[in-house]
Amino acid sequence: MRYLPHTDDDISTMLRVTGADSINDFFTVVPEELRRPSEMALPDALTEWELNDRMAALSNANTGATDFLSFMGAGSYDHHIPETVPFLAGRSEFATSYTPYQPELSQGTLQAMYEYQTLVARLTGMEIANASMYDGASALAEAILMALRITKKNTVAVSAAVHPFYRQVVRTYVEPTGCSVLELPVLESGRTDLSTLASSANCAVAALQSPNLFGCVEDLPTAARIIHDQGGLLAASFTEPVAFGLYRPPGDDGADVACGEGQSLGIPRSFGGPGVGIFCTRSRYVRSMPGRLVGKTRDRSGKRGFVLTLATREQHIRRERATSNICTNSSLCALSSAVYLASLGGSGLRRLAKLNYDKTEYLKRNLSEAGWTMPFTSPTFNEFVARVPRGDAEEVHRGLREKGILAGVPLGRWYPDLRDCLLLCVTETATREDMDRLVSEVRS
Amino acid sequence: MSERVGTQGLLFNEPLLWERGSRGRSGMSLPRADVEPAPVYEDLIGNGPDIPDLSEPEVVRHYTRLSQWNFGIDSNMYPLGSCTMKYNPKTNEKQAARSGFAGAHPLLPSELSQGALQLMAELEQYLAEITGLDAATLQPAAGAQGELTGMLIMHAWFKHHDDRRSKIIVPDTAHGTNPASAALCGYRAVPAASGPDGILETAVIDRLMDDETAGIMITNPNTLGFFEENIKAIAQTVHRHGGLVYCDGANMNALMGIVDLAAAGVDILHLNLHKTFSTPHGGGGPGSGPVLVRKKLEPFLPVPRVIPDGKGWRLSDDFPLSIGKIHAFQGNFGVMVKAYSYIRSMGADLKRASQLAVLNANYLKERLKGVLHLPYDRPCMHECVFTDALQQPHGITTLEMAKRLMDYGFHPPTVYFPLVVKGALMMEPTETESRDDIDRFVEALEAVAKEAAESPELLREAPHVCKTERLDETEAARNPRLTG
Repeated sequence: MRYLPHTDDDISTMLRVTGADSINDFFTVVPEELRRPSEMALPDALTEWELNDRMAALSNANTGATDFLSFMGAGSYDHHIPETVPFLAGRSEFATSYTPYQPELSQGTLQAMYEYQTLVARLTGMEIANASMYDGASALAEAILMALRITKKNTVAVSAAVHPFYRQVVRTYVEPTGCSVLELPVLESGRTDLSTLASSANCAVAALQSPNLFGCVEDLPTAARIIHDQGGLLAASFTEPVAFGLYRPPGDDGADVACGEGQSLGIPRSFGGPGVGIFCTRSRYVRSMPGRLVGKTRDRSGKRGFVLTLATREQHIRRERATSNICTNSSLCALSSAVYLASLGGSGLRRLAKLNYDKTEYLKRNLSEAGWTMPFTSPTFNEFVARVPRGDAEEVHRGLREKGILAGVPLGRWYPDLRDCLLLCVTETATREDMDRLVSEVRS
Repeated sequence: MSERVGTQGLLFNEPLLWERGSRGRSGMSLPRADVEPAPVYEDLIGNGPDIPDLSEPEVVRHYTRLSQWNFGIDSNMYPLGSCTMKYNPKTNEKQAARSGFAGAHPLLPSELSQGALQLMAELEQYLAEITGLDAATLQPAAGAQGELTGMLIMHAWFKHHDDRRSKIIVPDTAHGTNPASAALCGYRAVPAASGPDGILETAVIDRLMDDETAGIMITNPNTLGFFEENIKAIAQTVHRHGGLVYCDGANMNALMGIVDLAAAGVDILHLNLHKTFSTPHGGGGPGSGPVLVRKKLEPFLPVPRVIPDGKGWRLSDDFPLSIGKIHAFQGNFGVMVKAYSYIRSMGADLKRASQLAVLNANYLKERLKGVLHLPYDRPCMHECVFTDALQQPHGITTLEMAKRLMDYGFHPPTVYFPLVVKGALMMEPTETESRDDIDRFVEALEAVAKEAAESPELLREAPHVCKTERLDETEAARNPRLTG
């Protein structure tokens, strides 16, 4: 096997040094009854070329990834990724290093993570950020646990317009704490109904997503005012950070935590992972926040350098009292998103965001003309809900699939009231011709 | 001594990203605007984030220079104990980047994502076969999330049986994240001390285990690099009290094809695909931390699960006892592709990998004995732990030796862990290091030990040839500056 360097000579020399007769001698400590009675039943090893054939066959069996015109979003987005992103993040000095425990050998990762923290804090309008979480869903769950620790209250309010999968993850994380989860309903406008929030004195946190699952931009300033009056925090989740190139970021609207998924920023969809959980907050919560942090410091000669910092919040030292159990995070994906943001620049992000918006408005307009309706009136970014004129959205979706189009995500599986609705997404990768094709199929 | 591999090349200084660039530059081509601009809601519009504008060559130079300040497993031996820094095969990267995988939307209808679902189903089967357990979830995104998943399964199991338990036993040789994972499920960690041989004694667990205790979190092989020989008797004690045995499988690289963990009494086990199964660590993730369970715990695994559906596969949420979801979608699929690719490339050689990993660790231990103090002188599994006791009389500590080792071109071992050994240096060479490279590492440590006695100031001022001198970590923590 080409990854294993040992020759027979090496092995006998090494055994001689250790005083063992055979490699099996090292395993005599394993009691007989715990040893495998037979060899592992695994397929035979493949050569590099056989592996290519096998993997190509599996990859080609994912026809949905390559053979369709897709308008799917709902937490995973198709944006152009410049070649520089995989090229630079793939450099093996970055890719094959461990968590930067020894800063003098890890300044590349550390400076890149410090820059990432800065970029995502600026993007979300917050003061500080951690060096990443697993994904947008666990970032929201950790934000809620953080709010419970800070406020010592025992209820959390989560909008029904937060991605249903994120809400499921939140429930999983919150369940053992015994705290209750209050679900905030959705208004006719597609925004969250904040009326029950004002009467929930025990609420540690209000969790809203903006743009929300329906693509609608939430009224975060009002949510912030209400929850702050109750002594709770506002956690603003997001699945589409490109929106902050156009819309005001959550930090400017009073959010205490801005947390979400960064997959849009230069990371392929990869069937849902890996992405990167972005977690930003206010400076005053620095010692309560979860996750690894990179901080700026100096070396002995006064030169600028970077280290992992505030490790006392972490499990190595305080163990049971750690702010979180997160250890490995999503560093290389965070690096990808930093390279992406650096490539795009502030000006590029603004243009890209407006392009996403303009194209989405184009499709909305043309679908309306074709007889579809838009049930929600609130402003959106690059996703929107469309109601099909007749029948069930699943059926319409299946019909369009036969024409080679993936017409977004039918919403009935998550919202039974919306079973005649599709959630459609348009990014810069959709051309006018692509959208016209969808509209013409819809008309026919 | 052979020629020292650590040397100094030309390194570049590089400013922070926002100290470069100029407003109006662009490093990315944007599509042409082929639709009319649409009016916006002015009251919602922001000013646009303050992110620097750079050209593509500037971006490339910036990150290339940064990368050159880093040390990876492709640079040289990286013997971080319990981190399994083995070689990361290049073909795995190519496989994960295939458009059918990388381009797959997570909500694709199952008939359009059969390749991904089949890969996941087969990977679950392989991992079950390798460990001896019955069923798997691939959803956890890292080892610590796998631990949390394991604890949530335990919590759900007891809740289902209307059995409230408040404590969990965590040995002093367990991984650092274990108590934090248990605490997230409301369990108080009860420490268990390892015995004079560095392993757990049955009597200790007999004394600690009771009907209020959910079970034990045991790391096997443990962080001293020893196989927990009494695991079966310990598991029997835990089971007698109705408890469950969770095994931290981060050190599975010692056991593949050799040990049947189900026979050892393990009920729940997590693996790290980014350790045992060769996927790159990426400077701290993304990883993947699958969890395996015995049959009786299968109903509690996270949803969605990949299930057979006629001739193919589909995702199902129809598991009413499930703990729910712990990842937005199916977990870190891209990492799974790399681990799958590794397992298919290795086949039966996975057992050989474990055997050679153990041979390398024992060889390293024998070679270094006498150079460094070996607190437990007995055969080890995949890693071995030394201390700085022989250097202490010269006023030299583990940290100083670690920093000096960098000048010789090696990444230091894990230091000051496990906590049970004072001044620990925990070394895991892995199977992909050749005898020659281990010999060079030994020579480097011999030279460092000699310097510790003869010219200790060299160590106190180390490292000398890295991008920076030793960094002030105290100042960083006192006055945290996390953004620029």
